[in-house]
Amino acid sequence: MRRREILSLGVAVGAVPAARLLAAEMDAFPHDMALDPAFVPKPAPGGAPQVLTRDIDRRTITAVFDRFIPGDELGPSASAAGCVEFLDAQLAGPFGQGATLYRAGPKAVGEDALMQKPQFIATPRERYETGLRALEAYARRTHQGSFADLKPEQQDAILTGMEKGEIELAPEVNTRAFFELMLANAREGYFADPLYGGNKDMAGWKMIGFPGARYDYRLYADRTGEDLGLEPVSLVPKA
Amino acid sequence: MVSKRPKADVVVVGLGWSGSLMAEELTRAGLNVVAIDRGPWIDTSTHTPPAVDPDELRWGQRKEFLSPPRDNTVTFRNHAGQTAAPLRDYGIFELGRGVGGAGFHWAGMAWRFSPWDFEVRSRTIERYGRRKAEDGEMQLQDWGVTYDTLEPFYDQWERIAGISGKAGNIKGQIQPGGNPFEGPRARDYPTPKLKTLRIMELFNKATTDMGLHPFTIPCANISEPYTNPLGVSMGACTYCGFCLAYGCGNFSKSSPQACIFPVLVRRPNFKVITRSCVTKVNKSSDGKTVTGVTFIDENGHEWEQPADIVCLTAFQVDNVRILLNSGVGKTYDPKSGEGTIGRNFSFQTVSGTDMWFEDEHINPFIGTGGLGSQIDDYNGDNFDHSKLDFIGGAGILTLARDGAPIAKAAALPEGSPRWGSGFKKAYAKYYRNYGTIFNQGCSMPTRSATLDLDPTYRDKFGVPLLRLTYDYAQSDRNMAKFTMDRAVEIARAMGAAHVTGFNFADKAFSTAVIASDHVIGGAVMGDDPATSAVNPWLQSWDAHNLFVVGASAFPNNAGYNPTGTVGALAIRTAQAIHQTYVRNPARLA
Ligand SMILES: Cc1cc2nc3c(=O)[nH]c(=O)nc-3n(C[C@H](O)[C@H](O)[C@H](O)COP(=O)(O)OP(=O)(O)OC[C@H]3O[C@@H](n4cnc5c(N)ncnc54)[C@H](O)[C@@H]3O)c2cc1C
Ligand code: SF4
Repeated sequence: MRRREILSLGVAVGAVPAARLLAAEMDAFPHDMALDPAFVPKPAPGGAPQVLTRDIDRRTITAVFDRFIPGDELGPSASAAGCVEFLDAQLAGPFGQGATLYRAGPKAVGEDALMQKPQFIATPRERYETGLRALEAYARRTHQGSFADLKPEQQDAILTGMEKGEIELAPEVNTRAFFELMLANAREGYFADPLYGGNKDMAGWKMIGFPGARYDYRLYADRTGEDLGLEPVSLVPKA
Repeated sequence: MVSKRPKADVVVVGLGWSGSLMAEELTRAGLNVVAIDRGPWIDTSTHTPPAVDPDELRWGQRKEFLSPPRDNTVTFRNHAGQTAAPLRDYGIFELGRGVGGAGFHWAGMAWRFSPWDFEVRSRTIERYGRRKAEDGEMQLQDWGVTYDTLEPFYDQWERIAGISGKAGNIKGQIQPGGNPFEGPRARDYPTPKLKTLRIMELFNKATTDMGLHPFTIPCANISEPYTNPLGVSMGACTYCGFCLAYGCGNFSKSSPQACIFPVLVRRPNFKVITRSCVTKVNKSSDGKTVTGVTFIDENGHEWEQPADIVCLTAFQVDNVRILLNSGVGKTYDPKSGEGTIGRNFSFQTVSGTDMWFEDEHINPFIGTGGLGSQIDDYNGDNFDHSKLDFIGGAGILTLARDGAPIAKAAALPEGSPRWGSGFKKAYAKYYRNYGTIFNQGCSMPTRSATLDLDPTYRDKFGVPLLRLTYDYAQSDRNMAKFTMDRAVEIARAMGAAHVTGFNFADKAFSTAVIASDHVIGGAVMGDDPATSAVNPWLQSWDAHNLFVVGASAFPNNAGYNPTGTVGALAIRTAQAIHQTYVRNPARLA
């Protein structure tokens, strides 16, 4: 075996310019060790809705979220805590686009049963579009009114039917999975860092006693079994 | 058209723990190493400083540190009669997205396997007779190395990683406070064990009262400042809790970045090519050796990297897929039992219990990725199986890491409302009063488990996806039930008011249901080329200059996490290459 001290690099043989490969080739630490600007978290934009642009969709999801997390003595409702804005921002980004999903077809018959979990080719954004419309149509069909205008008991009855798989909103909607998607996103909005538009004033964290984006518990770790009474902190810089 | 790069002594495919440990050994010995990784450069200061890291939505839920299924997924079925479907969303494959691999976002439980795990077949026959080992379903085989052979390499890995822990057995002398069941060690861990948090206090008391032997899990979340033998310094863990699925802003979680890159990347005889995916190993015309690898860069251009030695260190599934795609070795055929590539897939057989206390303050937000207490009384062959309908067992542990509020909103006592004011009330009460006992069980390969190439689904480069055909062995199912019952007893003894046992092995296996991330086998090691893809030095039986390193080499999985054993095997292989193989490039004996 021949030993060479240094590999001659970048002497790329071929039609492609060497610079292309060199961009990804490293022979020491990168010069710039500062936080990659592309990696700084982007606060939810606020302002006009980007995905939930139809008033009726926003009214429906607000009503659903507020049945999931109503306002009461333990804290604000989901919508008061910003969960609808949170959802809109999420749907406008990579999550909504299903950017991480493997979406190649065919979707096989029996795929969900095999996986023991629904698998989707549709993106979450598409699922909200069809799901919210189907939910509204269902409310009109069965209760002659918009979902958002129904009495809380009626809303709960529909949501419970969706949760248990006892009702089907429309053939193109996996109703149970749509329920779970909305519930998961409501919880995310209520318990994620306020950076993303929900969990306003860290209300979700205060409710359960989670101290938030703290990074050092060495002072507290020995005080086992105590109520430490720690106020939460978030990633949003203090104004 | 394919462009050709200058030849290297060694090409390392994938720069996780396996690849960086090998590259470090090999470059220190003077060889020129080119590493190729599918992902981008990722590091602590650039990607996960404390101002960015504690973000559950981003890292815990959206899993931004994982390689997306869009790029890397598998298809799956339980048995050969079914049509496999692709795993479309995240599941049990929580692969690394960049350099460092899963070693950047892993939890950090830092185990050695027990002596029994390396010799399941012969030791089971020895103690219980042939019928127990050959039940018609399991396909047990020894590894071709013993614990004693690996001990110095485990030791070396623990020094590089700075592992925190308390030894239980030093040279045969049982040590108070450690794990009395572990294999003998030459010396204690390099850093002391981590703190004992509330859930661990409850577990330690209950299990001690029951006559069991709790100890603190050895962790790659290190307890005090440490400088490793390569001269790299790490800081003390701050128990931030943003650990499993996160990077570490404090340089406290051992990773290739924290422990190896600072010296490796500065060596003039080391280069790394990022964002470039290796699709196959190239065979020589005589078929006895390989000539290098083919990869595709981020612009979709195809390259050849020639090398005298090829090390596949691309993680278990990727190693197997590259081998199958390259036509190196013969694909395993479950009907005839012939062929070795794709043989002996196994997983991790998990059960346990959730538990909720009244009026406790578990403070689950204080924790580290690997921290917890464990008993090994029901692990491996540490208890008598003669009257039991299984072999093996599980590490039974409680975790001090679990305070992520989005994830834990689903962990409420049975019967609690999942939404509405009732949910809020239950969560406000139980968030700080929740704990879990997790049985990390062994997993035995079966004859029918296989990995091959999917006939239908392909990745973005048009390369067939790997197809997994697998279901739990009955022995493992019985083991999971047995250990679940033990976990429930412990939870009750801990004083939990609500106890709900769980057992992933009471239904069919699915890649979409995350019980663990530990996928094992497919290019397994052994003494016999008829039943193993690589020899005990992880050298391919079919091409002597090809080494296949990682959990793909394990013929079965133990009741522990795999990385300590991956690390020990990688170091051993690298030393065999530079001490022996380069002088006489032939099959190592
Ligand atoms: C969430 C999580 C928690 C875990 N916790 C623990 C734990 O507590 N204890 C423990 O022991 N283990 C744990 N593990 C397992 C541990 O992370 C792995 O065992 C370990 O990282 C394997 O190292 P590796 O180098 O073999 O593979 P990896 O870390 O996966 O590295 C492989 C590298 O190869 C690259 N690669 C893959 N394919 C290609 C290709 N075709 N071309 C080029 N590059 C490629 C990848 O980008 C990656 O960088 C955990 C894993 C996960 C996902
Ligand atoms: S718990 Fe410790 S090791 Fe884990 S990320 Fe936090 S500081 Fe790092």
